[in-house]
Amino acid sequence: MIRLTTNFLAAALMAAGMTVAFAQDDAEQPKPERQSWSFSGLFGVYDQAQLQRGFQVYKEVCSNCHKLSIPFRALEDPNGPGYSVDQVKALAASYQVTNDEPNDKGEIFKRPGTPADDFPPPESFPNDQAAAAALGKAPPDMAELAEARKYERGFPWFIFDALPFDQYQEMGADYIYAILNGYTKSGDPQWNLYYPGHRIAMPQPIVDGAVNYSDGTPPKLDNYARDVAAFLTWASEPTLAERKKIGLRVMIFLIVLATLLYFTKKRVWSGLH
Amino acid sequence: MSGSPTYVPKSALGRWFESRLPIMGLVHSSFVAFPVPRNLNYLWTFGAILAFMLVAQIVTGIILAMHYVPSATLAFASVEHIMRDVNYGWLIRYLHTNGASMFFLAVYIHMFRGIYYGSYKAPREVLWILGVIIYLLMMATAFMGYVLPWGSMSFAGATVITNLFTAIPLVGTGVAHWLWGGYAVGDPTLNRFFSLHYLLPFMIVGVVILHVWALHVAGQNNPDGVEVQNVERDTVAFTPYATIKDLFGVSIFLILYAWFVFYIPTYLLDADNSVPANPLVTPAHIVPEWYLLPFYAILRAIPNKLVGVVALAAAIILLAFLPWLDTSKVKSGKYRPAFRIFFWLFVVCCVGLGYLGSQEVSDTTTWIARILAIGYFGFLVVALPVLGLIERTKPLPASIADAVLAKTKPAEAAAPPASR
Repeated sequence: MIRLTTNFLAAALMAAGMTVAFAQDDAEQPKPERQSWSFSGLFGVYDQAQLQRGFQVYKEVCSNCHKLSIPFRALEDPNGPGYSVDQVKALAASYQVTNDEPNDKGEIFKRPGTPADDFPPPESFPNDQAAAAALGKAPPDMAELAEARKYERGFPWFIFDALPFDQYQEMGADYIYAILNGYTKSGDPQWNLYYPGHRIAMPQPIVDGAVNYSDGTPPKLDNYARDVAAFLTWASEPTLAERKKIGLRVMIFLIVLATLLYFTKKRVWSGLH
Repeated sequence: MSGSPTYVPKSALGRWFESRLPIMGLVHSSFVAFPVPRNLNYLWTFGAILAFMLVAQIVTGIILAMHYVPSATLAFASVEHIMRDVNYGWLIRYLHTNGASMFFLAVYIHMFRGIYYGSYKAPREVLWILGVIIYLLMMATAFMGYVLPWGSMSFAGATVITNLFTAIPLVGTGVAHWLWGGYAVGDPTLNRFFSLHYLLPFMIVGVVILHVWALHVAGQNNPDGVEVQNVERDTVAFTPYATIKDLFGVSIFLILYAWFVFYIPTYLLDADNSVPANPLVTPAHIVPEWYLLPFYAILRAIPNKLVGVVALAAAIILLAFLPWLDTSKVKSGKYRPAFRIFFWLFVVCCVGLGYLGSQEVSDTTTWIARILAIGYFGFLVVALPVLGLIERTKPLPASIADAVLAKTKPAEAAAPPASR
């Protein structure tokens, strides 16, 4: 028994030592703070007004450099931005989209978009190579960006993140919010507090007053960052609300099923002497 | 163990069919009348859980394969199409990716149960070896499956693991080129990985059938490690006793599975795999999926490439020799106090190696990984052989029935059981 305890103590000390060794990096490279989002938690849903504001920020600011490879019709998602069919048709028609097939003369041509098309890449950067040539590095496609930017939480936080009532899955949104607010060195437009190594290829893209909101929300960087982070989270996972809704029903069903099976098992086995 | 009376179907149609293909009799003798030790604990429900997960993976995988495109230019987009446009595609995909992790969680619990209770000992050696073969096939399947979305980490993982073959002297590079279908991981690699990923699960099904057959020849092991002596006293019929217990075990496991799928579906997904693969851009930290991490840590801990690859292979292949590495005549860890200590140390080594496999390499992690790897191999090739020769075991119960009675009615342990 004593040997068992000693061995466990030794293992625990080793684990503690490893935690200390890895925690020392945090002082120089802070992790994004956790924000509160409407879509977090067991019953999370997207806030339609927030997503529409976020889309406005994307359209007026981010889309100048960043692609968003989702179809226009996704904006009609009732669990998402919830634009009407006509609004989306008009929006799509305002873009020029390269047609898949050449015309009868064999020429590749552009035409007004339809809701079935994906958002086209920025006009100045039709592909990654053109973007890299102009900007130094190709801006990443935003369709999966919120998923691609979730950051490591480290031990032991990653254990708590998985548990019910605290399941923390919004690291991507928090990261995007943090980056947009992280340009804290006024003289250096490419210095970012949260980017690994503090040197980010994207200079500060958005400041207070850059976008005029029509619903009265103050035109502050904090709001822009929040709204566009929520929009990008929706863009990378439009089915989140449906997933959590179905999940609740499934969990309740399974818990009831497991309870019934437990008592049935007890009843069946009680027949034995 | 298959000495049950011949099954006679009740209906005339049933008898007609049974005389031509006795499948009902087979199911009856294997899963209805089959005698199961009555002292099994819930760790024994993991066989049924694994069978369920195998079917779940095959069903979700076949549906995914209807929409997935195994081409380097279209794979990532096809997965996006599944997630966004295919009806409940997001659900099928999350079921499949999290199902793989749940499959491995169950298989590790199943394997550690086998090691603790000595389920690999005579007469179950072939059963155990078939299990190791299933495990190897699972790892190959999972590795190839992870490559299919053609994300940044898929590409990096494929490159790292297939490059291990270049460690083979003389023919290594040639073998790697043959596997890749080119001079590096690329479109041909993806195509053949898809073909093999579709094939291997059906090979797993075949080996699982052999595994269950081998199990039914010897019968289950049990927590006391004492073989069945009297079928009436020591065992219960599979149906309804084991059936209902397995169903309950599966339902609890499903709750955990559903939690992952519906509330934390991307918890185990590396962020870099949401970025399309680019051969010119390597992820900052290349890590495999969690269930391969301990072996990754062992590989990285050894400075020599060939020795590292050999150690990686040995870490898995050695498991097949467990029936002969362990010299103890006593099966169950319940009666082997010294073995128990080393067993839990082994578990700590495995978990520790797994954690280190996920971290960036540094001097600290390397020497800790080396110590843990020595612990891992030490358990298998030193502790197990030596322990069997020098340990003092606790006295075994006379039979399974006695063990059950001792547990449930300690005051009446000496009294004879009620007559049947």
